[in-house]
Amino acid sequence: MTSLAIPEEHRTNGYLSGSNLERVLRAGHFAVTGELGPPQSADANLIRKKATLLRGYVDAVNITDNQTAIVRMSSIGAGALVIQEGLEPVIQMTCRDRNRLAIQSDLLGAYALGARNLLCLTGDHQTFGNHPDAKNVFDMDSIQLVKMVTEMRDMHTFQSGEAFKGPEPRFFIGAAAAPFADPVDFRPYRLAKKVKAGANFIQTQLVYDIPAFARFMEKVLELGLHRQTYILAGVGPLKSPGMARYMKKSVPGILVPDELIEQMEAAGAPWAGKSKDELTKEDKKARSEAWQAEGIKVCIQLIQKLRKIEGVAGVHIMAIEWEEAVKPIVEGTGLYPRPVVETSPVPTAQEA
Amino acid sequence: MITAEQKPLAELKTLIGDANKVLVVGCGTCVTVCFAGGSREAAIVAASLRMASKLDGNGKQVTDVTVQRQCEWEYLDQIAEEVQQADIVLSLGCGIGVQAIAEHFPKTWVVPGLNTTFLGLPSEQGVWVERCAACGDCILGLTGGICPIARCSKSLLNGPCGGSEDGHCEINPEIDCAWQLIYDRMSSMGKLHLLYEIQPPKNWRTSRDGGPRKIVRKDLRLAPEEE
Repeated sequence: MTSLAIPEEHRTNGYLSGSNLERVLRAGHFAVTGELGPPQSADANLIRKKATLLRGYVDAVNITDNQTAIVRMSSIGAGALVIQEGLEPVIQMTCRDRNRLAIQSDLLGAYALGARNLLCLTGDHQTFGNHPDAKNVFDMDSIQLVKMVTEMRDMHTFQSGEAFKGPEPRFFIGAAAAPFADPVDFRPYRLAKKVKAGANFIQTQLVYDIPAFARFMEKVLELGLHRQTYILAGVGPLKSPGMARYMKKSVPGILVPDELIEQMEAAGAPWAGKSKDELTKEDKKARSEAWQAEGIKVCIQLIQKLRKIEGVAGVHIMAIEWEEAVKPIVEGTGLYPRPVVETSPVPTAQEA
Repeated sequence: MITAEQKPLAELKTLIGDANKVLVVGCGTCVTVCFAGGSREAAIVAASLRMASKLDGNGKQVTDVTVQRQCEWEYLDQIAEEVQQADIVLSLGCGIGVQAIAEHFPKTWVVPGLNTTFLGLPSEQGVWVERCAACGDCILGLTGGICPIARCSKSLLNGPCGGSEDGHCEINPEIDCAWQLIYDRMSSMGKLHLLYEIQPPKNWRTSRDGGPRKIVRKDLRLAPEEE
């Protein structure tokens, strides 16, 4: 595992933010992050319930920010609840709904509430969501956002250049990568821009096509990006062959190999060839369970393959609205129990 | 040029309301070129409103006139008499034309007959596409002559988001991904290295965000204001 060189003046007891995720990664452990989607309501109990399912199985959990442009409880609000439940949040912040004033102000609040990890995103376009008539913001893009929060932490300045009047927010800063989106050749370079802007960790779009991801990582290694940032490969358990086919066909930037779709279909073989009306409620339940079990198995297999790819520092498990799946996946890959890193970071090559 | 589309007849009827003498004013510049509000369209709209009035039995008098440019006082002066005789002016100019008429004829009620859509060009016969957002600080020199402010759905400055697929924007397969176009052009011109630089957050003050804009050219003013 590579240690990252971090300038002296940028440390918090040797760490950038001292978050659990940062400590796990700097200690050289293979990291596991999860995802928690806040409800389309003010239901705090739902957040607590989901947090309970993930606690102990992930090093930190991403709290989405109005994902797919559907209004949900805020990432920061839900993140504060998650902290109360003893789980570490990765606050997601998009550029769609806030300008630079609102982003900075909300991040000061998030830090004050105890958040220590931040994922900087551009954000899904609002036309996909439940308020398609809204005006979008996009005052900044994700790369500019990474740079802004890095400078807030390391230069102690707001985006305007004005200095902080008190403690600065010190986040472990992340960004996303879409290895398979077009133009594919530009993707490693776009990642390089995010790293140059200051991204400490990267979470990728869902990976199902291992050879394609390995090709992306080859370029990443060639550019030396794995030595400057921690790359967490995105994985997600498939719930059904239909979900696999939908993602392959309709979601930009996701490649799903036919073998995986066939593997999922095979799991439902006992019920194949029967029409909807011929299947009883029990049949459908049994088929769904068989598919889900296979989906978890596929996810475990993917993680095992991803661990062998040089430069992959961890996985980001996106079990959207299926948080129960995280436990068997983490256990099934031998990544449970999660490490506890209490000590100072391992000296970097420069320090040693 | 400025492109526009005609409002539906039902909306025009609502906008006109119970006014009797209706003057439809066309414009001979941008909206003529995009077939939305030139003399031909003004005559058709006027005829349609007369027909509608006949069917509704409310006997409106609808006439039409077209000026070279609704956005210049001297051309508006030429129709002062017709405007003063009308109860209402239905402008088939862009939003600038409508406002120029309102400003030039303070006692006249003017309503828009068009929806002004964007600054663009006809990409082929019958198709117009947006090209400029008039942000006031042109960056086309960095992006190979393709504007991401106007043409990327998120106005991104540092490359494509994850929603670029087969050259299209994920929000609409009919829309090109501006960043794919920029990438291809930079690649073919041997200038990809320009895309590896981080572009800082844009200064939106020169755009509408800085408030309504104004240009003052002292060298062109006839009677410079006394300091």
